[in-house]
Amino acid sequence: MAEIAIKGVAKRFGGFTALHQVDLAIADQEFMVLLGASGCGKTTLLRIVAGLETPSQGEVWIGGRRVDHLPPRERGIAMVFQNYAVFPHLTVFENIAFGLRMKKLPQADVERRVNRTAELMHIEQLLKRYSGQLSGGQRQRVAVARALAMEPDVILMDEPLSNLDALLRLEMRAELKGVLAASKTTTIYVTHDQVEAMSLADRIAVMHQGRIVQAASPVEVYRNPAARFVGSFIGNPPMNFIPATKTGNGSWSVAGLTLPGPKSDKQRIEFAIRPEDVDAGSEGLHATVRVIEPLGPHTLVTCDVEGGLFRAILESNASVKVGEQLRLAPKADRIRWFDPETTNAL
Amino acid sequence: MSAVTQTPAAASADARKAGDWLLVATVILLGIWVLLPIYLLIVNALSSPEQVTAFPKRFFPSFDTGSLSFFINFAGVARALWNSVLVATLTMILSIGFGAPAGYALSRFDFPGKGTFRFLVLMTRAFPLPLLALPLAVMFIRTGLDDTAIGLALVHTTLALPFAVLITFSLFSGIPVELEEAAWTLGCTRLQAFRKVILPLALPGIAASAVFAFTISWNEVFAAAVLTIENRTLTAFLLQSLGESPLYLKFAGGTALVVPALIFIFAVRKYLFAMWGIANR
Repeated sequence: MAEIAIKGVAKRFGGFTALHQVDLAIADQEFMVLLGASGCGKTTLLRIVAGLETPSQGEVWIGGRRVDHLPPRERGIAMVFQNYAVFPHLTVFENIAFGLRMKKLPQADVERRVNRTAELMHIEQLLKRYSGQLSGGQRQRVAVARALAMEPDVILMDEPLSNLDALLRLEMRAELKGVLAASKTTTIYVTHDQVEAMSLADRIAVMHQGRIVQAASPVEVYRNPAARFVGSFIGNPPMNFIPATKTGNGSWSVAGLTLPGPKSDKQRIEFAIRPEDVDAGSEGLHATVRVIEPLGPHTLVTCDVEGGLFRAILESNASVKVGEQLRLAPKADRIRWFDPETTNAL
Repeated sequence: MSAVTQTPAAASADARKAGDWLLVATVILLGIWVLLPIYLLIVNALSSPEQVTAFPKRFFPSFDTGSLSFFINFAGVARALWNSVLVATLTMILSIGFGAPAGYALSRFDFPGKGTFRFLVLMTRAFPLPLLALPLAVMFIRTGLDDTAIGLALVHTTLALPFAVLITFSLFSGIPVELEEAAWTLGCTRLQAFRKVILPLALPGIAASAVFAFTISWNEVFAAAVLTIENRTLTAFLLQSLGESPLYLKFAGGTALVVPALIFIFAVRKYLFAMWGIANR
């Protein structure tokens, strides 16, 4: 059992605040992805859990034990680094065995565990090589095997796939998911790649400017963004936003269209819709087509709606032309509303 | 005709060929520049005293050990040689002992006054040694450090230390912090991580830096001449006694100074060419 609790953790570097009072609870065996743009504090948070960085305030609990004052070696964690950090002076075997030898396990156990994890990561034929003789993908496998061999309570991964080329990344992603699910460890995985986050995570914690904006399942994060940032960060292309003005109680005017919405005493809020959640038809938002990008399974159409950019994903057999006037009807159950001041969902 | 038919490709091939020749010529010239004096030194040291003073000069050694055996048996040489080795070894140990931790601290920690510290390390080389030697001599006499190997080694350490600090600083900076951090997460204390991961990777560079400290001390003559009387190092001894000695003795003495430094560097050359490289990028 190794659930993780991060309680009010803050980190300041001099005058710069990297993390503001972050709270996050991660269940045992959960795969939690920290997602955010570079500089949002996700790596700092991971390093605080690892013990490589000390929090300015707050507490970190792993498996019911407070660990924020403990060195990394006493936290029951293993970490996979972005640049692999495979020891260049040791063979692959000795790299994987490194942590086991530190635990002073008998040689037979060391060999058994190294061989098993090497097999799991498909690197058993590389055990005698040095890191200089390995490709990036192979080094990554060694780094993961080294972490798994420790049989830790928690595995921490800091953008482990970002140095691999696209095809390899896809392959490793699927493999990692299988291996980590089978290992039954709790995982915290840091990435800036939303596709990676969506495909791997049990839950995604979206981070922005040192805060966790939303922590929820991938579908929830995608469908019901808790804040404007989440909607604009997740999804490719991102969510569309259009200003809305009040026309009555729970009734809003969006680009000339009157839609039912939240009851609010604000005069102006924001209407938001995912590009795939509109239908071209005889009614809806007035849109002037600017760019058409046929992508195979569907067509991405970039339009002008009330002087702002609006992206719509239409069926690929939809015959639209540049300059044409379209009516785009938003699917009622997919419309989201945001408060422009707090940027939170309404 | 040929000027007309010459294609740009042929012209660039010509240019490349000319470039190759220039490279070869430069390499040969530099090789001669460095090796010829050493060669002449050794030829003359390996010739008999008569051949050295004779004319025309020989270009090949006669492998006569007359000059060298005379030099070795020259009163005081053996002792000076021993002193030189002792002082240089002490200098090496002290420079690495103090320099490597300082270099590690500079590369891994942020502490107040870090920039000033680096600057001050370099500043120690800003004062000419003669300026320091006289007050040092007085101080050494007062503390009883004068004319001792450890006293001279201390002075040589101040000369070698800035290089040791800066070389090891760049050396440790070249080893990714993640390797150390990975070792910590795999169960190492800071010291264990250093011993098991950083030290093996840094060893070639530390060896190079140690050799450098050794040669600085081995070649240093001014402080050695001022601060020692009885326990002269080889350089100081040669400076003092060979001014009036015959030519063949000077050649033999010069060879005795150059050859150990050459051998030492040659012996650790493979360490200097970094054994594993840092294959972590």
